Amino acid sequence: MANIQLRNVTKSYGSVTVIKGIDLEIRRGEFMVFVGPSGCGKSTLLRLISGLESISTGDLYFDGERVNNVIPSKRGIAMVFQSYALYPHMNVYENMAFGMKLGGAGKGELDQRVRQSAKLLQIDHLLDRLPKQLSGGQRQRVAIGRAITRDPRVFLFDEPLSNLDAALRVATRLEIAKLHHDMRDVTMIYVTHDQVEAMTLADRICVLRDGRVEQVGTPTELYERPDNIFVAGFIGSPKMNFLEGEFAAAQGCSTLGVRSEHIDIVPQGAGMWTGTVVHAEDLGSDNYLFVDIGAKEPIIVRQPGKVTIPEGATISLQPRPGMLYRFDDTGRPVQAPLAAE
Amino acid sequence: MIEFAGSLLLNLAYFAAFLAVTSLVVFPFYYAVLSSADRGEDRTGAGLFWNIMFWLVVVLICLIAIFPFYYAILTSLETGTAIFRVNYLPESFDLRNYESVLGGRSFVRSVLNSVFIAATTVIFALFLAVTASYALARVRFRGRGLLLMTILAVSMFPQIAVLSGLFELINWLGIYNTPWALILSYTIFTLPFTVWVLTTFMRDLPVEIEEAAIVDGATPWVIISKVFLPLLWPALVTTGLLAFIGAWNEFLFALTFTVDETKRTVPVAIALLSGASEQEIPWGPIMAASVIVTVPLIVLVLVFQRKIVAGLTAGGVKG
Repeated sequence: MANIQLRNVTKSYGSVTVIKGIDLEIRRGEFMVFVGPSGCGKSTLLRLISGLESISTGDLYFDGERVNNVIPSKRGIAMVFQSYALYPHMNVYENMAFGMKLGGAGKGELDQRVRQSAKLLQIDHLLDRLPKQLSGGQRQRVAIGRAITRDPRVFLFDEPLSNLDAALRVATRLEIAKLHHDMRDVTMIYVTHDQVEAMTLADRICVLRDGRVEQVGTPTELYERPDNIFVAGFIGSPKMNFLEGEFAAAQGCSTLGVRSEHIDIVPQGAGMWTGTVVHAEDLGSDNYLFVDIGAKEPIIVRQPGKVTIPEGATISLQPRPGMLYRFDDTGRPVQAPLAAE
Repeated sequence: MIEFAGSLLLNLAYFAAFLAVTSLVVFPFYYAVLSSADRGEDRTGAGLFWNIMFWLVVVLICLIAIFPFYYAILTSLETGTAIFRVNYLPESFDLRNYESVLGGRSFVRSVLNSVFIAATTVIFALFLAVTASYALARVRFRGRGLLLMTILAVSMFPQIAVLSGLFELINWLGIYNTPWALILSYTIFTLPFTVWVLTTFMRDLPVEIEEAAIVDGATPWVIISKVFLPLLWPALVTTGLLAFIGAWNEFLFALTFTVDETKRTVPVAIALLSGASEQEIPWGPIMAASVIVTVPLIVLVLVFQRKIVAGLTAGGVKG
């Protein structure tokens, strides 16, 4: 329900600056994901928005109202923590009701809201349990339920899935996506280091590195038109192949990027590159071939279906035309058209 | 000056001897525990040896710790010349010492004084310590480490060093010869320890729980009373109990700050028990009184031991 604006926001701890001036607009009802390697400041940024940390310089607006000095509970936010952060001595019902009770809500309204959000998350049969009697997935649902009950304008998630095992992570991810669908006008901000979570959940992704925004855009934009070499390498799995030296020089750039699914195996001698298969990973639906073409690292080639190429074989590779990402020596994309074509 | 240096040296020597004896007893115990933990159910010769060592040391420690109290009970049940015969097994069962103590002029009154003073001290100390340790553990401010160190340093002053200053303070406050004089001085001496222990506990509570409460709109007081206090119960019980024991057993302040017989606490009352003549030390009643005042403490410890449940925070955060 809120439109969030950050204007040149910075955060310093003593002489160390963690957030180095961020301008960002998060639209009403949008699912925004902050993603980046560890230590990039994504969690700090979330905490600045939540009000748990104070902003050093710059302005933060919720719906045009400056909230720099507004305490967290008055900002209309709800937060889901990585470690759940449930109150261990309260049962599920009390955990969910605590915030509203402090807000001075009436008993009837409170009870109705708690039961409603418990039902939404299918934890209504657990209301009498203590957190220690719940499984990890159930705890995280209670934490989400506690956040919903407060009826927030902004929903903040701080790596909510990283303590769950792989299967549960996928299930909970779906649930969060569904939640976003059901609560169309609640703005959600989600922090993760997992780019798969970012790609699947986000309306827009904000890639952060070292306290700065690298690129903001829809998942497709980031995947197809990365603004720089960092975003290109960070988004997508397996990682984009980067080639330097003569391979790049041949395409008129200093670093050449190509995604693993954009490389085809062609008849011997017909490809741009030739190399030997040094390793193969069979994922069932796909095969990743690690091919040594004489570059620093073997490049990864993604082949659908079963592998038929044995390790040690020499193959010829051809990147698909128009699917090459060329970067100059500052890491920015090269704009000039390819001379050879 | 030379005398002072001499007594200082003597003190150091005592301390060194104490350390030596303690480590002599504790080290085999520690080693035995370690090695029995290592070997588990293994029935090797060395494993058996260390198992036996372990139990020997356990018995030794129990003997050292329990014997004085056991001997006090034995003595309290004897009268006349039987007291001065050395015996290690009960020989008589005579409750006359207990009768004389409880029938004495003001012993029961002293017990009640002690209960009131110790309980009030615990309440004050815990209230101040919980609020102080929240600030020390969770609020970032300049000089926090220095403050903690100062608090620790204060607790190292010997009682006798502050006695005269404290006396002045108590006179100035006009609470001389009242229970409040003792409550004040005990609280002062308990607080450093209580604050330190609670600060350590408070620091270990997950920060996220506090942050969740902040997001939920809790003020610091609500966080302390509604969120942290329930999680701190084990620590509160432990420190409260220790504060209680400290206040209950304290002698020097109690002797200095009270004059009237009706204002005394138990340790002073016991020390001032007098016999029929000036030459006679009434060992029997003294021992009976000691047993009477020790038993409540043991009961307290046994009761609360069950309440000290580990892992109360389990489930709130991951793991």
